[in-house]
Amino acid sequence: MPDEVNTEFKWVGKRNPRPDGADKVTGRAKYGADLYLPGMLTGKILRSPHAHARIKSIDTSAAKALAGVKAVVTSDDFPDIPFHTGPHGPMVSDFRDFSWNMMAFDKVLYDGHPVAAVAATSESIAREALKLIEVDYEVLPHVIDPVEAMQPGAPILHDDQFTVGEDESTAKPSNIFRIPRAEKGDVEKGFAAADLVIEREFTTKAVHQGYIEPHACVANASDDGVELFCSTQGHFVFRNACAKLLGMEISRIRVTASEIGGGFGGKNNVYGEPVAIRLSQLARRPVRIVMSRDEVFRATGPTSGAHVRVKIGAKKDGTITAAEGEMTYQAGAFKGASVGAAMNCMFSPYDLENVKVWGYDVCVNRPKVAAYRAPGVPMAAFGVEGVINELAGELGIDKLEMRLKNAAKEGTQNVMGLKYGPIGFIDVLEAVKAHPHYSAPLGENQGRGLAAGYWLHAGGMSCASVNVSDDGTVTLIEGNPDIGGSRASMAAMVAEELGIEYEKVRPIVGDTSSVGFTFLTAGSRVTFATGMACVLAARNAIQVACERAAQIWGVSEEEVVWEDGHARPAGANVGDHEPMSLAEIAAKAPMTGGPIAGHAEINATGQGPATGAHLVDVEVDKASGHVKVLRYTVFQDVGRAISPDYVEGQLQGGAVQGIGWALNEEYIYDDKGRLENPGFLDYRVPVASDVPMIDVCMIEVPNPNHPYGVRGVGETPIVAPQAAVANAVGDAVGVRFHNLPISPPRIQKAVKDGASEA
Amino acid sequence: MAKIHVTTNINGDETEFLCATEQTLLDVLRDELHLTGTKEGCGTGDCGACSVTMDGRLVCSCLVLGVEAQGHKIETIEGMADGEALHPLQRNFIDMAALQCGICTPGVLVAAKNLLEKNADPTETEVRFWLAGNLCRCTGYDKIIRAVMNTAAEMRGA
Repeated sequence: MPDEVNTEFKWVGKRNPRPDGADKVTGRAKYGADLYLPGMLTGKILRSPHAHARIKSIDTSAAKALAGVKAVVTSDDFPDIPFHTGPHGPMVSDFRDFSWNMMAFDKVLYDGHPVAAVAATSESIAREALKLIEVDYEVLPHVIDPVEAMQPGAPILHDDQFTVGEDESTAKPSNIFRIPRAEKGDVEKGFAAADLVIEREFTTKAVHQGYIEPHACVANASDDGVELFCSTQGHFVFRNACAKLLGMEISRIRVTASEIGGGFGGKNNVYGEPVAIRLSQLARRPVRIVMSRDEVFRATGPTSGAHVRVKIGAKKDGTITAAEGEMTYQAGAFKGASVGAAMNCMFSPYDLENVKVWGYDVCVNRPKVAAYRAPGVPMAAFGVEGVINELAGELGIDKLEMRLKNAAKEGTQNVMGLKYGPIGFIDVLEAVKAHPHYSAPLGENQGRGLAAGYWLHAGGMSCASVNVSDDGTVTLIEGNPDIGGSRASMAAMVAEELGIEYEKVRPIVGDTSSVGFTFLTAGSRVTFATGMACVLAARNAIQVACERAAQIWGVSEEEVVWEDGHARPAGANVGDHEPMSLAEIAAKAPMTGGPIAGHAEINATGQGPATGAHLVDVEVDKASGHVKVLRYTVFQDVGRAISPDYVEGQLQGGAVQGIGWALNEEYIYDDKGRLENPGFLDYRVPVASDVPMIDVCMIEVPNPNHPYGVRGVGETPIVAPQAAVANAVGDAVGVRFHNLPISPPRIQKAVKDGASEA
Repeated sequence: MAKIHVTTNINGDETEFLCATEQTLLDVLRDELHLTGTKEGCGTGDCGACSVTMDGRLVCSCLVLGVEAQGHKIETIEGMADGEALHPLQRNFIDMAALQCGICTPGVLVAAKNLLEKNADPTETEVRFWLAGNLCRCTGYDKIIRAVMNTAAEMRGA
């Protein structure tokens, strides 16, 4: 690949230095735990040691009496929120679930569930106070596995939860919240037309997003309102949630997003933030809550562990005639596993006539799952890509050719009815075929795996303001926390529009009171949706600048155009006027009507899906079961890479998270439902010595619905690695792996037993 | 319990602080001295986000007690740049996009600088094993390793 992916633009597609780089390499950047206010108290949360128990009583009197303790709260200190689902920004959420997850009401539902919180003058006093809180529990039977949770007689988490669609007057309460379904064509007919049908079951374990920065916030409440500083993927969404959970008016809360030390979906939801606000309201001092790593593992994230059944039928020539997928996903203590997204994406790299998908959203005694990069999809894709590889093998067709034969293209309609615009999956597969990695020789005990991935992307509400200063430099205010370099992309697009130098645009993430509602940094929507808002805000500012030039020249607005950073006469007949730069127009702003600015408030639609393929070589030590990843190449249709450096980074980072998911990572519970590995020593994420360089091959098929062709890039890279790695390890040892993680003991056992499946 | 008076040297400055016996060096740096460039990712020595050097030795500051700093020389991320001039590692991390969220970056930089002081010409494998104690969840390590290798070459004048 050339260093610059395109040469069409001056700043877009270039490797521009990020505007927050110097602060981040010198330690100046302020993350969630880095704010210290005068008089600030330390907040700490008492958590359930039980997986499932009724709270008979909580006695906080001794804690309250301890010198240095300024406030103690339990669920009694929060509004009783009725069971209802209501609008939450563009989402629909059940705020009773949010409230009960924030602070247990009458039952604790997982090891780590908050039951009380304190604010004290020091960390050690806060810790001491937690020990003085007496909680009388009646321990209840618990259930950890979703398949067990669906059986008759399983412990029920919520007595008032009935499976959606069931008649509540006759049905029994159920851990199954809902069973969404989608269908296209006629799968029975499709399977009947197949020459070979393969059906397999797959399991994956719950894995954590594993961001290195624990959740952290500082709340400062007074009678005038609340200031909240926190690490979040969406400070507007946090503001609205806090208002709802505390019974406050939204505009009374002002949230400033700190720099965020990773999220991957795990910082979409509030945890300690409303608790810190409540403590601050009671103590009338600033309160800081910073989670420990143990708390992060026990009470936030993870993504669902899953049971997935995949059935695919194909003709002898490799044409897929029908595909069926069934998913059983852990939701954790409250409903809401990402079954819908999985249904939407699992078969969507392919152009299929007959597809049927359904899934079970199941409550179990684990922390409520959170989004994790392409939420729900990797587990399902692990099954789909595994079965496709097996089919190709049985039919004697090359795995890549099998995918090419069935690849989605422009006009393909997926199971949810989405009809694709331009989509680069065929280009991706052709790039794999042409890449030297694909045909490189393999040695003994080595194997190669290939798998594909797809993510639909999100649009949604975003706002941006462009303020032009007297000297022609620009402050860009937008509303999305910058989690991986997005400010660089925003600045590049605005500089491109305005025709000024990249360094003249200073992008900042505005607080909730300085720019309009902007939805989460999630679903790889930011560069698409907020990028579009930034572009429109810049165009709005250009319009104002052109009006001013028209005024100065005494011509009409229509007679001025904006080209190459200057207002120019639209034609020779307009008169002989020297082009004016943004700086020149801005300098005259006080005489021509005041400040020059532009803004945009949008609800972006038209996002385009991204498809990718991962190719990986591994070497397996059959004696120890150790897998060494030798070579890894990510291929992806990136739409257009606004900041190629950070697009590559997304592709590389997603691949390595996926390698960890495939080989090592898992939540391990004991027989009492307690998490046994809530730390980075026993929950082992990939380290630098575990992985090779991750090569990247970016294919650009621009999304026609974005001014610069953006699709979004961050989700698809985690969809393919699990299957690609499993296929590679399987290729090396001659075993088909259907269960993750493919840890050394699993490999050792499979090799020892001479198993063909594991 | 009375706090202990500690005299130390941090980033070249004579520094005194009072700390409780239970406070770690990381607690002192952040909570007492407000040098927040050193990050806490785990508090158990598993993630490396709190890496600093003590008399030139790389340590996790969450595993060192504050009182143990008495009489020693501590260097943190805040001391890496020479005034306005970034250390070549810092410059290359920006130029080569070796950070995404940036939370692990201070620890990675401190560890990498320590490596290059001991080994001016590390192999890729040596860099990977030296940095194996510094978790990064965003980058997949690729650009970090490249930036360190590139800096090593630059500093050797290669």
